[in-house]
Amino acid sequence: MTASTAGARRRRAARRSLLRRPTVAFGAAVALFWLIVVISVGWWARYEPLSKAGARLTSPSHAHWMGTDALGRDVFTRVLYGARQSLPVSVAVIFFAVMIGTVLGSAAGFLGGFIDSVIMRLVDLTLAFPAIFLAMAIAAALGPGLRNAFLAMVIVWWPIYARLMRAQVLSIKGREHIEAAVSIGATRGRILRRHILPLSFTPALVNATMDLGQVVILTATLSFLGLGAKPPSPEWGAMITEGARFFYQWWVAVAPGLAILTVGLAFNFLGDGLRDALDVKAN
Amino acid sequence: MSRFVLRRLMIVPFLLLGIVTISFGISRFISSDPLANIVGERQLNNPEVVNAAKKKWGLDGGLAKQYTTYMGNLFHGDLGTSFRTRQPVTKDLGDRLPATFELALGALIIGGGGGVALGALAASRKDKPTDHAARLFSLLGSSLPVFWIGLVLLFILYARLGWVPGPGRLPPRVAAPPDHTGFYTVDALWAGDVKLFLSCLARLALPCFVLGWAYMGTISRLVRAAMLDELHADYVRTARAKGLREFRVLRSHVLRNAWLPTLTILGYSVGQLLTASVLTETIFQWNGIGSYAVQASNTLDYPAISGVSLFGGAAFLLANLITDVLYAVADPKIRLA
Repeated sequence: MTASTAGARRRRAARRSLLRRPTVAFGAAVALFWLIVVISVGWWARYEPLSKAGARLTSPSHAHWMGTDALGRDVFTRVLYGARQSLPVSVAVIFFAVMIGTVLGSAAGFLGGFIDSVIMRLVDLTLAFPAIFLAMAIAAALGPGLRNAFLAMVIVWWPIYARLMRAQVLSIKGREHIEAAVSIGATRGRILRRHILPLSFTPALVNATMDLGQVVILTATLSFLGLGAKPPSPEWGAMITEGARFFYQWWVAVAPGLAILTVGLAFNFLGDGLRDALDVKAN
Repeated sequence: MSRFVLRRLMIVPFLLLGIVTISFGISRFISSDPLANIVGERQLNNPEVVNAAKKKWGLDGGLAKQYTTYMGNLFHGDLGTSFRTRQPVTKDLGDRLPATFELALGALIIGGGGGVALGALAASRKDKPTDHAARLFSLLGSSLPVFWIGLVLLFILYARLGWVPGPGRLPPRVAAPPDHTGFYTVDALWAGDVKLFLSCLARLALPCFVLGWAYMGTISRLVRAAMLDELHADYVRTARAKGLREFRVLRSHVLRNAWLPTLTILGYSVGQLLTASVLTETIFQWNGIGSYAVQASNTLDYPAISGVSLFGGAAFLLANLITDVLYAVADPKIRLA
């Protein structure tokens, strides 16, 4: 009882000091900002993302904070709407990668033996490719489009979590409380569900936070290479491709890149803070 | 040591086989019809043309037959013929390898050297402004989309300030130096053309920096962590108590012990270098493997896609293997085992 309240107090204190760190506060603020944008941009944006809002390729001004692109669309509005493309896809990639990684990784670690070998060889093989080559090949094979880019990224990303979860499950499996659970006759399924998994998620959680920024970048990268979202849609990477064609009208490409940068930095800071707060050793 | 290295070597063929199979598999699951790209949309209704093309490009027969044909050819060093360039993929890759290698080598020097220096600097000034600045700089390297920062720097440094030359490996309307190594810088020197050498070097600078920066982020972060681990060790206190200058302590004692993890990091991050090179080459119109991969993906050029994935997997594998061997050489615990 006392132990748990002391633990709770320590956790609360950790959380308070966490938000006091400027980097973490910045990360949280930026993440919150983008979350609000994703939910509500349709209600308050000044222009439409897909229709002409002014003259073509005008530089940033009061009417168009980040200028207009080659079709006279407002770049700032498009960047805001772009969050609706990049962020949900990235969150979904991480979600499915963690899910698949958890199921396969914990199965490998818990069951061991043949299943372990098969799953881990698959992991080794997938990780034997530089991520982008594999993602590009898969995305190209499935055909361009954000949905296929999403599939490609899940395929590239799950092995990281499988490896992480397996290591974690293996280390917890040897602890005393598992021995105790076995001795009172708990079934294997119950031990995995109630005694191992709840303790195994912390490293994956920290990693997932950090990876979110990387997935946002990879999504934009695939779109930039013509393998993700296609031009009229306001996806950040696709917007940079369009911007690259109008090199001297720098604002067209700069604005979406800044958006990617803020997201990448924010989740890096958040993940760093989370790791310190949860006391996970860097892998 | 030999046993450790041997064990690593033993699994290489299996990994290679897996890599080949996956590369083959991916390109055969292409959803749209590559024939449309080969014979053109209009000829698709002409069975004669279609069958001839299928036969020529090895698209007839079942998946199993295609796979055995592919494997058989692979053993003879034949990766098939690119649909787009109509040249053997091995020749295409060979032609483009020096460009990528030249770029990656420059980036490795900038990123690796800069990363180690930056990480060591940050660790020695832990929690001071220098530390924060160094960490922010390296964090930016890994949070910036490579293709975007390449564009932005090109715009500022080339278009606005004119400090660096434009994209491309050669100045406009200048012929490549006679081919010996494929490295334009080396070939220019070989031909005794110092002016060409300098302009090739200048053209390398920005893309190498952009590529190296992405790499530097990972390196410096991990070097900093490795050095911080060492800084608390007793032998460091002893070294300081002897009155050694701080630089000497860091260089001769701490960095030397932090060297092992650093080596691993350098080797294992080569994959990241390959990844970033795809984008750097696209932005800087660098005719290397990376831009070849992008063109192949955009035109559904199967043989080229398989070839490039195979190359990427093999290069990554080789880099990891070299790292393992170097590690074994450098670490007495493994060397003597």
